[in-house]
Amino acid sequence: MIKSTIDIDFSKIDDILKSYNYEKSSLIAILQKVQELYKYLPEEAITYIGERMEGLSPATVYGVATFYAQFSLEPKGKYEIKVCDGTACHVRGSSGVLAAIKEKLNLEKGKFTTADGLFSLEIVSCLGACGLAPAIVVNGTVHPQMTPDAVSTIIDTLVSKERG
Amino acid sequence: MSKIIINGRECEYTNEKNVLEVIRNHGFNVPTLCYRKDLIKDFGACRMCLVEVEGKGLQASCNLPPRDGMVIKTHTEKIRKIRKTILELLIANHDRECTACEKSGNCELQKYALEYDVQPTGKYLTREVHLPIDKSSPAIVRDANKCVLCGACVRACEEYQGLEVLGFANRGSQTLAQPIAGKQLAQTECVNCGQCAAICPVGAITIKSQVEQVWRELHNPNTKVVVQFAPSVRVAIGEMLGLEPGTNLTDKLYSALRFIGFDLVFDTNFSADLTIMEEAHEFLSRLEKGENLPLFTSCCPAWVRFLELKHPDMLNHLSSCKSPQAMMGSIIKEFVPKYYEGFTHENLVSVSIMPCTAKKGEALREEFKRADGTYDIDYVLTTQELAKMFNTAGLNFKKIVGEKADSPFGKYSGAGTIFGVSGGVAEAAVRTAYEVVTGETLKDVVITPMRGLDRVKTVELDLKGKKLKVKIVNTLKEAEKCIKEIKEGKADYQMLEVMACPGGCINGGGQPISCNEPIIREQRAQGLYDDDEKGQWRKSHENPEIKELYAKHLDRPNSHKAHELLHTTYSNKRKDCYISVGEE
Repeated sequence: MIKSTIDIDFSKIDDILKSYNYEKSSLIAILQKVQELYKYLPEEAITYIGERMEGLSPATVYGVATFYAQFSLEPKGKYEIKVCDGTACHVRGSSGVLAAIKEKLNLEKGKFTTADGLFSLEIVSCLGACGLAPAIVVNGTVHPQMTPDAVSTIIDTLVSKERG
Repeated sequence: MSKIIINGRECEYTNEKNVLEVIRNHGFNVPTLCYRKDLIKDFGACRMCLVEVEGKGLQASCNLPPRDGMVIKTHTEKIRKIRKTILELLIANHDRECTACEKSGNCELQKYALEYDVQPTGKYLTREVHLPIDKSSPAIVRDANKCVLCGACVRACEEYQGLEVLGFANRGSQTLAQPIAGKQLAQTECVNCGQCAAICPVGAITIKSQVEQVWRELHNPNTKVVVQFAPSVRVAIGEMLGLEPGTNLTDKLYSALRFIGFDLVFDTNFSADLTIMEEAHEFLSRLEKGENLPLFTSCCPAWVRFLELKHPDMLNHLSSCKSPQAMMGSIIKEFVPKYYEGFTHENLVSVSIMPCTAKKGEALREEFKRADGTYDIDYVLTTQELAKMFNTAGLNFKKIVGEKADSPFGKYSGAGTIFGVSGGVAEAAVRTAYEVVTGETLKDVVITPMRGLDRVKTVELDLKGKKLKVKIVNTLKEAEKCIKEIKEGKADYQMLEVMACPGGCINGGGQPISCNEPIIREQRAQGLYDDDEKGQWRKSHENPEIKELYAKHLDRPNSHKAHELLHTTYSNKRKDCYISVGEE
C-alpha cells in the first residue's frame, strides 16, 4: 500500500484537471502533470482524480498509474538514480550494476526508494549514451562505464556528503 | 435472412451481436470464461471462445460480429489444443484447493479443466507468492489467488453500479483485479451488492458464509432459532435443488426449514406488507406537506449504503422505514417472546434468508443493535447458503410436503411477494396508497407499466384526480443518474424506487449462480407475479395479520410505537480515504 508523506494541495490538482477540461481521454497527460508537481503520484491524488473525473474511479485511475512504467507511486529520493538497461548497457553488464545498487541501498523486491528517502532507483531503457555503456544518471549527471565497485563509491560519496 | 455456416451446417441469424450468440442459439457451444451476455462492454480476454473462420484464421467469437456467408468451425484439433494450453496456463497460476473452495461444483474453470482433460503439467511457472485473502467485507470474500483476470467483476461493478470499486492494477503477470492500491473492500465504497461474486466464473469472489454458525445454533439445545425468508428466495432456490428456475417453493420452504431445525418459520413477505403500510402512509404525508420529495424507497441495503457513502446530502429523501428484513427482525425480537411459549429474549436467535449479500451488512448496522448488544438479526444467509444446508441435510424437494408458516407473522399478500422484483415495491405501495387516498377499492391491482425488467421505468398514475409520477430504476448506475436529475431540479416524479441489482432482488448477489442470464431472471420474476396472482389477498392492508398487529400493538401506520419499532435513521458514512467532492 502506498503512503503519502506530503500534504496534498488539491486546488493545484483542480487547476490541472480544469486545464484539461476534466476529459477522460486526457487522463495520462493529467497524471504526468500531477507527477511533475509531486515527483510521484500520491494515493490521495489518484483518489481525488478518480472522484473528480466523471466516468472514472480511484481504482481505474490507479490501474492506469500502475500500468505505465513512467508513473511512480513512491516518493522519489533526494538522489534519483537511473540505471540504463538498454541493449548496449545490458550486454556490457548493467544487470550487475543494478544488483550492486539494490544491495548497497538495501532495496528489496518491489521497493525503489530507500527508507531514509535519500535515494530512489529507476530502470530506464536506452539513455542514448551507448558509447558510455553501462551508464547511470544521478540527478541528471551521467556516470559512464559503471561497475559494481564504481556505483558503490558514488553512493558512499553522496552519503558522506549528506552526513557532512 | 442472413446465414453463417457453423461446422458445416447453415445457421440463420438476425440481431445476434456476435458469432458466439449465433453458435449458442443453434445448439452448438464453445467454452467462455470472460463472456457474460448481460455485460455490454466487449472484453475478449480469456480466448476460450476462439473459432476458426475461413479465410480469417482464429477469431474470438465473443467479439466477432456475424457476417452473411461466414464459414466457421468451433472444435478443430488446433482450437482444442489452444484451449487446453490456455487452461493449463490458468491452472498453473490457480490455487487448486478445489475441495475447500466455495465455488466447487459451480466453477467454470473446474468444469472446463475436466472437459479438456487438463492435468497439472509442471510446464509452466506458478505464482510465487500467496496473496492475502480479503475477508474485511461483511458480504463477500476476495481471494486473488483464484482470479483468472476475466474482468467480469470489474465490468459488473462499473456497468451495474457505476462504482468501479474494482479495477485492474499493474500489468503483465503482476496484474490484479482489486480495489485501489490493494485496499480491503471494507475500506472502499463497496456497497456489498455481491454482483461481482454472482458473475465470477471461479472462486475468486465468493459470498461470506455463515452456514457453520447457523448449524451450530440449530444444534444448540439452549437456543430457539427463528427464521424468515425474503420474497425472491422462494422462486430461485429450486435451481440448486434440481428444480426449474421460477418454481415457487414457498410451502416446501416452510416445512424444509422446520425439518433442518428452525423452531419458528416466518415470511419476510409479511414484513414487506408491513413496510408498505408504513411507507405508503409516509409517502402520502410527504405528498401532503410537499417535503422531501421524491421519496426514495429504502428496502435495498446496497442503495442505502450508496447514498450514505456517496450522497449523504440526499438522505432526507430516503424513506425512514426499515427494510422488510429489519422490520421482521424487530418484530421477532419484540413480539416472539410474547406470542410463543418457550421463547425468551435470552434464548432467541434470529436468522434471515436473503437473496442478497448486502443484507449481511445491513444486519450489522449500529441502528439495529439492541440494548443488550445483540442485533435484531443474528445471522443472514443467502439463498445459496441455505440451498447448501438443504443439500447437507439430504432433502429431496421433489418429495417434500408443504406446510404453512407460523402465525402470527407468517401470512402475506401478493403485494408483499412482488417486493422481490424491480417495480414491485412501487406497485405494492400504490395499491395501498390508492385506497387510502380515494377511499375506494382498487379493482385492477396489476400495474403493468411498473412490471418488466427494464432498468428504467417511469409511470404516471391518476389517483382520482391526484396525479402521481413514479420512477423505478434498477442498478445504481441508473440511480446515480436520478440523483443528478434531482440535484439539477429536473426530476418531476414524487417517488423513486431503487434496487441495486439488475432486475431487482430476484437477481441478487446471493441468489443461485446464473451467470446473470437474462432468461433466468425473467423466470424468477414470473414466479413472483404468479405468486401474487394466486394470493388470497393482493394488498398489504388486507393481510389479516397486519390488521391485527396494528389493532393490538401499533395503533396505526406511522404512530409513535410504529416509529420506534419500524423506522430508522441514516448518517453520512463517507470514507476517510475518499475526498468529499460535493463542496467546491
